[in-house]
Amino acid sequence: MFTSIIFILILSGAIVVFYRKVRKITRSIKLGKDIVINDNILLRWKRVLFIAIGQQKMLQRPIAALLHIFVYAGFIIVNIEMCEILIDGVAGTHRLFSFFGGFYGIMVSIFELFAITVMFGCAVFLIRRNILRIKRFWNKEMTLWPRSDANIILITELLLMSAILIMNATDGILQTRPDSHYVKVGSFMISSIIQPIFSGLPSSSLIFTERFCWWFHIIGVFIFLNYIPYSKHFHVFLSFPNVYYSKLRPAGEMANMPSITKEVKLMLEENYSDQDDDNEEVTFGAKTIRDLTWKHLMDAYTCTECGRCTSSCPANITGKKLSPRKIVMDTRDNLEEIADKLFNKKRSEKDDEQNARSLFDFISAEELWACTTCNACTYECPVNIDPLAIILEMRRYLVLEESAAPGPLNNTFSNIENNGAPWQFSQEDRMEWAKDVYMNGIME
Amino acid sequence: MEKRKIDIPVMADLFAKNEKPEYLFWVGSAGAFDDRYKNVVRAFVKILTHLGVSYAVLGTEESSTGDVARRAGNEMLFQMQAMMNIELLNGYEVKKILTCDPHAYNTFKNEYPQYDGNYQVIHHTQFLRDHIEAGNLKVNSAIFKEKTITYHDPCYLGRANGEYAAPRKVLDFIPSEKKEMKRNKNNALCCGAGGGQMFKEAEEGDKEIFIERTEEALETGADIIATACPYCMAMITDGIKYKNKVEEVKNYDIAEIVVLSLGI
Repeated sequence: MFTSIIFILILSGAIVVFYRKVRKITRSIKLGKDIVINDNILLRWKRVLFIAIGQQKMLQRPIAALLHIFVYAGFIIVNIEMCEILIDGVAGTHRLFSFFGGFYGIMVSIFELFAITVMFGCAVFLIRRNILRIKRFWNKEMTLWPRSDANIILITELLLMSAILIMNATDGILQTRPDSHYVKVGSFMISSIIQPIFSGLPSSSLIFTERFCWWFHIIGVFIFLNYIPYSKHFHVFLSFPNVYYSKLRPAGEMANMPSITKEVKLMLEENYSDQDDDNEEVTFGAKTIRDLTWKHLMDAYTCTECGRCTSSCPANITGKKLSPRKIVMDTRDNLEEIADKLFNKKRSEKDDEQNARSLFDFISAEELWACTTCNACTYECPVNIDPLAIILEMRRYLVLEESAAPGPLNNTFSNIENNGAPWQFSQEDRMEWAKDVYMNGIME
Repeated sequence: MEKRKIDIPVMADLFAKNEKPEYLFWVGSAGAFDDRYKNVVRAFVKILTHLGVSYAVLGTEESSTGDVARRAGNEMLFQMQAMMNIELLNGYEVKKILTCDPHAYNTFKNEYPQYDGNYQVIHHTQFLRDHIEAGNLKVNSAIFKEKTITYHDPCYLGRANGEYAAPRKVLDFIPSEKKEMKRNKNNALCCGAGGGQMFKEAEEGDKEIFIERTEEALETGADIIATACPYCMAMITDGIKYKNKVEEVKNYDIAEIVVLSLGI
């Protein structure tokens, strides 16, 4: 009874804290410009099924994909066991589902198998990150915090799974002791292997170990749950909506700017009148996170910093500063910083948004101008994040608001404007190539 | 065979005679002004002539599509170009556009509809594939028989629009060895010229992207690097020069390979 109350208190606390953080993230995402994404619902669900749930795009890197499937499948399956743990905790019961009899033993053994695959996956991931030091985990933007974040997640998962196995092992032994009241469901497949380690212990120590692991596991889960929204690990939730809302149009299509269309029509069409006469001041392109759409901001929160984008970016491969992953990470950092100020109830003047840092305090023009718009990053991202869109919106700000394109590009612009070609050739000469075309002539 | 000069039909002339060609062939600024790339548009019009296709070009009325301007952030200039071009194209009642440039292809197909410019857009590799498959182009000469060809995917045909098959299909009809680069199709490495890079210096780094890509192409041991985009051609041609392989390795557009195979 007493433990039930403690459990219910901890559970409620964990849920409330998690809910509040998630609500804050939702509000942060909504700081972005409003856009409506409600077309092709069927196709969008299909993509959720294949890309998010089915992890289709992970397969481009088969080893990582397999290890990730181990952890992902394990995570989902072990959550079924979480149901029992939660009910046991609230009701003060022990292994409530054991009334299923032999089937229960089989199920727990299957969960244990998955726990082992999770542990294997996490262990190899740790080796890949810290011992093999795979390049994409050590790019410049992978500073101490992002690297630690990844390790914290992997080690926590290892510890949580170990706790389950030790709990099951000791439970199995206790079932055979005449002086304990553990329900007899038999030992479980994997944990029985480690039983010899504990078999010499007195029942009291075994009960302590079993209970300790049970509490360690569930409290660990609650802490981890509340760590996730602060971490890159938030992708376990946002991947699904992010894929759902991701771009369906061909990758080559850039987002339109209706605000510019209005301006151009005013210039080109004599009798064009501005219908909605709202003199609302619009920023062309993106200077702050407010100028990005909520989808770009959702992208930022979905990123798990795997670095596939950066490792396939031609600019990054050849040593330029640009890293698509950094663009997305910077967007999130800037957004969090601004959200902290805006949603702080005790806001002072120095928290005014005007004084906040902009995207350009995080991302340099040099990075932006190194992009070839080749779409390797958007193709690579397993959860359809679009770093290119952010780069292009920021370029638009630089050019349209600041006239700050690199010099040679300014020349290109004036060439296009004056003679209809990016080079300085007269439009009158556009047919020069056609003067000497011969059939059956020798080609160079 | 007799050498015969081709007169390139111009839209304004045809329209004056009340003729409406089936296709508009969009030459593009590189086709009009880049000395090396002019040969590609010449090759393509030879094929059009050989097939007896009804087409015309805009000639001196043609202007930049605005692709570079848009990707370099100048939306204002892009939209002005787009609206002026659309007015011109719609004035000539253009329905189908042929182009050798994946950037023009992408802009016409995906972006001009944003301003009511709706056309059926066909990249020349798709057009060539269709006509070869239909048996209209007999490309079975032995000219490349002893040669190995590797194909470089342009980003704006490949990843941007999902067209990996058409250019490969055309090459499959040319008797020759084919070899893929390590990074190909979805994973192809950019030549380094898109998004405005063609017209500016590269940012500081360890290496130029075009050299990285050319090295990868050379690793295949191919005699010919086939391209299907004016920027890719400029970059790969530079790369071959940089690697001192001008004698051994050639860079041809798919249209040029077809013309050489047809012997026209």
